Order: sequence, then C-alpha cells, then structure tokens
Amino acid sequence: MPRASWGGRSMWIIKRLLAVVAGIVFSLSAAPFAWAQGVVGAPQPWEMGMQHSYGPIKDRVISLHNLVLVIITVITVFVGALLIWVVIRYNAKRNPIPSQTSHNTILEIAWTVIPVLILVVIAIPSFRLIYYQDRTPDPDVTIKVVAHQWYWEYVYPDQGNIDIESRYVHDEDLKPGQLRLLEVDNQMVIPVGKKIRILTSSTDVIHAFFIPALGVQRYAIPGRTIETWMQADQIGIFYGQCNQICGKDHSRMPIAVRAVSDADFKTWVEQTKKSASAAQLPKIASR
Amino acid sequence: MATTSDTPGHGHDHAAHGHDDHGHDHKPGFVARWFFSTNHKDIGTLYLIFAVVGGLLGGILSEIMRAQLQFPNNHVVTDGQQWNTIITSHGLLMIFFSVMPALIGGFGNWFIPLMIGAPDMAFPRLNNISFWLLPPAFVLICVGLVLGESGSGWTLYPPLSNSTYESGMGMDCTLFALHLAGASSLLGSMNFIVTIFNMRAPGMTLHKMPLFIWSELVTAFLLVLAVPVLAGAITMLICDRNFGTAFFDPTGGGDPVLFQHLFWFFGHPEVYIMILPGFGIVSHVISTFSRKPIFGYLGMVYAMVGIGVVGFVVWAHHMYLSGIDVDTRAYFMGATLVIAVPTGIKIFSWIATMWGGSIDLKTPMLWAIGFLFLFTLGGVTGVVLANAGIDEAVHNTYYVIAHFHYVLSLGAVFSIFAGFYYWIGKMSGHQYPEFWGKVHFWLTFVGVNLTFFPQHFLGLSGMPRRYPDYPAAFAGWNYVSSVGAYISGVAFLVFLYVCFRTFTSKAPVADNYWGEGATTLEWTQTSPPAFHTYLEMPRIS
Repeated sequence: MPRASWGGRSMWIIKRLLAVVAGIVFSLSAAPFAWAQGVVGAPQPWEMGMQHSYGPIKDRVISLHNLVLVIITVITVFVGALLIWVVIRYNAKRNPIPSQTSHNTILEIAWTVIPVLILVVIAIPSFRLIYYQDRTPDPDVTIKVVAHQWYWEYVYPDQGNIDIESRYVHDEDLKPGQLRLLEVDNQMVIPVGKKIRILTSSTDVIHAFFIPALGVQRYAIPGRTIETWMQADQIGIFYGQCNQICGKDHSRMPIAVRAVSDADFKTWVEQTKKSASAAQLPKIASR
Repeated sequence: MATTSDTPGHGHDHAAHGHDDHGHDHKPGFVARWFFSTNHKDIGTLYLIFAVVGGLLGGILSEIMRAQLQFPNNHVVTDGQQWNTIITSHGLLMIFFSVMPALIGGFGNWFIPLMIGAPDMAFPRLNNISFWLLPPAFVLICVGLVLGESGSGWTLYPPLSNSTYESGMGMDCTLFALHLAGASSLLGSMNFIVTIFNMRAPGMTLHKMPLFIWSELVTAFLLVLAVPVLAGAITMLICDRNFGTAFFDPTGGGDPVLFQHLFWFFGHPEVYIMILPGFGIVSHVISTFSRKPIFGYLGMVYAMVGIGVVGFVVWAHHMYLSGIDVDTRAYFMGATLVIAVPTGIKIFSWIATMWGGSIDLKTPMLWAIGFLFLFTLGGVTGVVLANAGIDEAVHNTYYVIAHFHYVLSLGAVFSIFAGFYYWIGKMSGHQYPEFWGKVHFWLTFVGVNLTFFPQHFLGLSGMPRRYPDYPAAFAGWNYVSSVGAYISGVAFLVFLYVCFRTFTSKAPVADNYWGEGATTLEWTQTSPPAFHTYLEMPRIS
C-alpha cells in the first residue's frame, strides 16, 4: 500500500505541474463577469479550527464553539491530570496498602450537580443560537437550492426565476489559483449583507448544502422543502461541498457562493435573465 | 459487588473436582463440540474468534481507506461506487461483526454464567443458533462488498439505498445480513436476560451483581427494544426495493425522513449497546488492579440504567439537518446534553476507585486507563456535537468521524483489549506475554490518536465524510491521519503475535492469577475452567 501511495504522490505532483502549465496557457480566456476580488472562504492547509467566519450566523457558531471548546478542554485536561496523579501517587510501590473506601456521598452529589450546572451554561446560548439560525422573518432574496446527482441547481424565484446549474470544474479545466474540487462553472450569486432565504430540495437522493464559512448547512431531501437562511458580510467567494453521501460522485459537487454588491447583483440578474432567454430553446430541447 | 464466599470445604473439593472433571468432562468430538455447541464457553470462544476475523477484515478496509485518503486525487480506489461500498462495509463489519460479537457474544457468553455462578446459559440451543446466524450474515455482507453494490453508507438512507439508485442484489444481501445479525442479537439478548434474572447463585441479589453483569443486562434490554425497530425499517426498505411499496419513496407518498427516524431509533441505542459492556469490563479491571472495591457501586449501576433509558429518547440528534422543526431540535439537544451527566458519574467513579488504591499497571489496566482518557475525550466532543447550532457547521464532517471513533474505535475497542488481557489466562489457561501486551498497548495508543485526533481539525475546517477525494487544503492532516492508521495496523499485527505467544506458552496459570483484587466468581474456577462448571452451586454471603 505505501508504495502505491508514493507512486500516487509523484503522480499528484506531476498533475499539479501540468495543471499550472495548462492554466498559464488558458489564462487568456476571460471570466464572463469581472467581480471585485473580495475575500475567499475556503479551507486552509493545516487548519486546526473552524473556517474563518464571513457571516453573522457563523460568528455566533464560532463564539458558542469557543465557549464549549474551553469547557471541554478544561474537563479533558482535568480528567487527564487526575489520571496521571492517581497513577503516580497511588502506584503499588508508593501505596502498597489500598484503602477500602467505596462511598462518599458529598463527592457523588458534587460530580452529578456540577456537570448539570456546566450543561446549563452551555445550553442557554445554544438554545438562543438554534432559534436564530432556524429561519429569517424578513428575507431579501430567496434561492431554491435543488440538488441533483451530481450538481446543484439554483433558482431565484423573486428574480424572474433565474435558473442556473452549477457543476464542478474538472481537473483538466482548472485555471491557476482555482481550487480543485471546490471550483464550479456557475457560482451562486448573492447580494452582500442581505438575508438570503434558502429552500433546499432534491430530485433524486439526499444531498446536503453546506457552506462552512457562512455556517449554514441543510439536507436536500426529495419530497420536502427545508428552509433556512444565510448572510455574507463581505464581498467574496465562499466554498462548500455536498455533505451527505449521494452516490459515486459525492465528492464532485462543490458549492461556490459569490457575494457581490447590490449593484453588481442587479447587473448579474439582468444579464443572466437575458442569456437565459437566449438559451431557452436549446435548453428545453436538450431536456 | 459480589464477593466470593467459600462454601464449606470449597477449596479442597474444588481441586479434587478439577481432576475429576477432566476424567468425566465428556467433551464431544470436534464437529459436535464446535458446530453443534451448546456450551457457553465454547460459544463464547466462537464469538471471540469471529470478532477477530470481522475486525481483521474491517481493519483491512480501514487501511485501504487511509491509503486512499493519504493524498488527494483518488489513487487507490478510483471508482466512487467501490469507495462507497468499502466505507459501508467497514462500518457494518466493525459494528455488527467485530465490536458486538466480542463484547456481547464473546465476553458475555463466557462470563455471565461464570460470574453469576450458573452452570450455563438458560437456553443453550438458542445460544448456538444466535452464534450460527452470524457467519451467513458475514458472508452476505461480503457479497455486498465484493459486488460493489452496497454504497449507501452504513446508515442505509433511502433513496440512495432503494432500487433506483442501488439496483444490484448486493444491497439486498447487505440488508438481509443485517436482518440475520439482528435476529442473532435478539435471541442472544433474550437468553442473557433470562439467564441473569433466573440463574444467579443464591445470595446474589441484583444489587450484588458484578457490574459486568449489569452492563450486559442493560445492553440486552437495549437490544431487545431497539433491534426490532431496525428490523422493521429494513423490512420496509426491502419491500420498497423488491415489492413495489413506497414507504420511503416521496413519489409514492412515502418519506425518506421516516427511515432516518426508524434507523436512529435503533442506531442511537446501538452506540450504547457497543459501549456499555465495555463499561462493565473496565470497572472490573480498574477495581482489580487498584485492589479496591468499585467506588459508588449503586451510582455506577444506575448511571448505566440511566444511559440506557435516556439513550432511547435522543435519536434525532443525528437528524438536526433533516428539516425537523426547531422546537424538536431544541428538545433533542437538551435530552442529548443530559447524557453527559451519567457518563460523567461513571468517569469520576472510576477515578475515585483508583484513588487511594494500590495500582498495578499490568497490561489490562493500561488499556482501562487508556479507555478512561480516550472515552472522556470522545465524550466531550459529543457535547459539542449535541449543540444543534454548532452541529450545523460540523455535521457529517470529519469532526463526527473523530468523535465516534474516539468513543468506539478507541473506547469500545480499548475495553475489548482490556477484557482480552484480563481474562485470556482464565479462558485459555495460557497467560499472555506482559512485555508484548504493553508494546501492543503503546503502539495502538499512539497509532489511534495520530489517526483520529487530526480528524477533529479536518472536521472543524469542513471536510465532509465519505469522500474518496478532497481539496488540496485538507491534504496535510489527512497525511498525518494515514500514518497513524499504518501504526495502528502494525499494532494489530503485534496483537496477533501476542495471541501466538499466548497460545504457545506452556506456563501453568493459577486460578486467580490477579490476586486479591479480583473478587468475582470466575476467579474461583480453574484456568481454563472445566468444560462444565458449578456442578455444585456456589453461595454468596
């Protein structure tokens, strides 16, 4: 097995080099829209914590996670330290005569009640968070996210029913700087700072719509529509991936959400509508 | 805690009996003994061998998976469907064909009668069929694996597992395998319940029962209540696949989320089914090697009962993102957090048992202490995941993988090895080599931590589970994790060497080779025990 892996490693390096060369060759081909660069919400190499937050939901998720992380770290270190202390102090060599104590009511009450109190400390902000995350009362834009084996379809019912399909960029088509298995051909475009209502559903199996940088995730289940919401606080692009096993290309249906200014969003809507009506006939024919 | 009391003249008589038994043991011939076996010890041995085989196959699949994930780019398993079948089989093999047979069928069969002073299980023939349902189930799982047609994940969620998206008969084989394994568990657990309630030695009241017996009793109840629900769900799925029903098919008025409810109503108690017997084993090991009675015995018992009860009302925390109502999520979140309380009671009681003791760090104790720490670590990440709000950012990521491998692959498996080293001398009459036992422990400890700790980072960073290939950013920690998996693989080879050394060792083994710390009834028997034990009923003072 390790030999195969090392072979795989060199293959991988060669492929990356080829991709860079190919990227330079194709770099002349221009993107259809020239967006302001903005931030990039994507996983980082050797990252040890949650992805950076670019929205109000993720801000709150991270702050709750920070609280819980401190608590669980203290508990784990406490238990670890107790174990080390006990093993050293009550080693058979140092303590040849064992005590026969097997009860201590106060101690037993303490280690029942204290955990309960700790859980209450966690539960209060936690309840607040799930009600905040659940749905938004006043959405600015609604997007229907329809999952398919193995691509995403984004429908904007209040923007003239724009309907775009979003597929991953194959390795050989990657341009330099593009992220393998995260880049898509058509990104979901949203206005920055606005509340986006997300309605997920699926036409085949269960998928999950997951964007770590915005702290949003919901299953996409055939036969039902699930509502949630998200908001990006900065202009930029936020990557996610399908997060529920959906067949052989489960790892090949990433999500890319681009947050743009209000004006850019309107322009994008108009242009997309135009190109959609132009492409209407062949699209229907192809179905 | 049950303490041994000697019936008058027990010591002397016993030795005489031992010799006597050899003459009158009436051990049947090979086929009758191992294939038609009704002896709880032989059936326990069969279960343990079966668990090693299941664990070996599941482990080989793990190594293939880690080799694949060592680098991005699909270099080992290039076909996504084949990959999905491997992850499905890995999960099912480890749960149904390794951990459960070892902890319940193996140690349960061996030590329930020995610890309660019963000559055998209540229904010896039922015991035989409980075991022999498993090998055909194992074959069916392997058929699904070889055909590459059971790529639904071990959770079997339709529609991915229905006939439209998984049309081959491999998927049906996998479902039937679960039916057989489920029937096996059901029969076995009924046998356990009847045996424990009716065949305890005079004087052994429920509140004097050893904790291992309590743990197996609670586990058996969980199985009896949970497995039929799985059987129902699987039957409905089989009907959907083959007979045109639409229980889980939205186009026919069914609901895929119904399956999730049914599956997790079984699936969540299932995780306690896997860990509770481990709790029992660890309690005995810690008490023995601290030479102290267990601290807070009643608290320990009712913590297990509490975990068992609460374990039935938390299932939808696996479904926070399935579109269940926010109030429902709030309930399941609260209920799930509550489980931390009885679990905490157990952890602290184990530490209190060691406190003031006279601790001997023999191999079984190392595994038990390792269990304590790693189970705590896996438990606290469970508290993180219980928060539906945080779950939204880590659901189905490697954080979840890390969490449940810490409690199962490190928790349950460490308790299995604790039990193995604790009892192998008793079961086989051959003692394990202490040095190699410790090598096995330390290699495993380093290996599994290196494998699973970095997976927390991958999960927080958003790496989805069940991916055969991933973006380059995840490459670093995946590499570390794979190195850890190879070390764990080497550790398993060391375990096989330990087995070899154990079974070839000629040194005689005393009845109670752990000394005064080991107080339960099995230590009054010879090592190995006679083919038929407790011809004379022991009495508990």
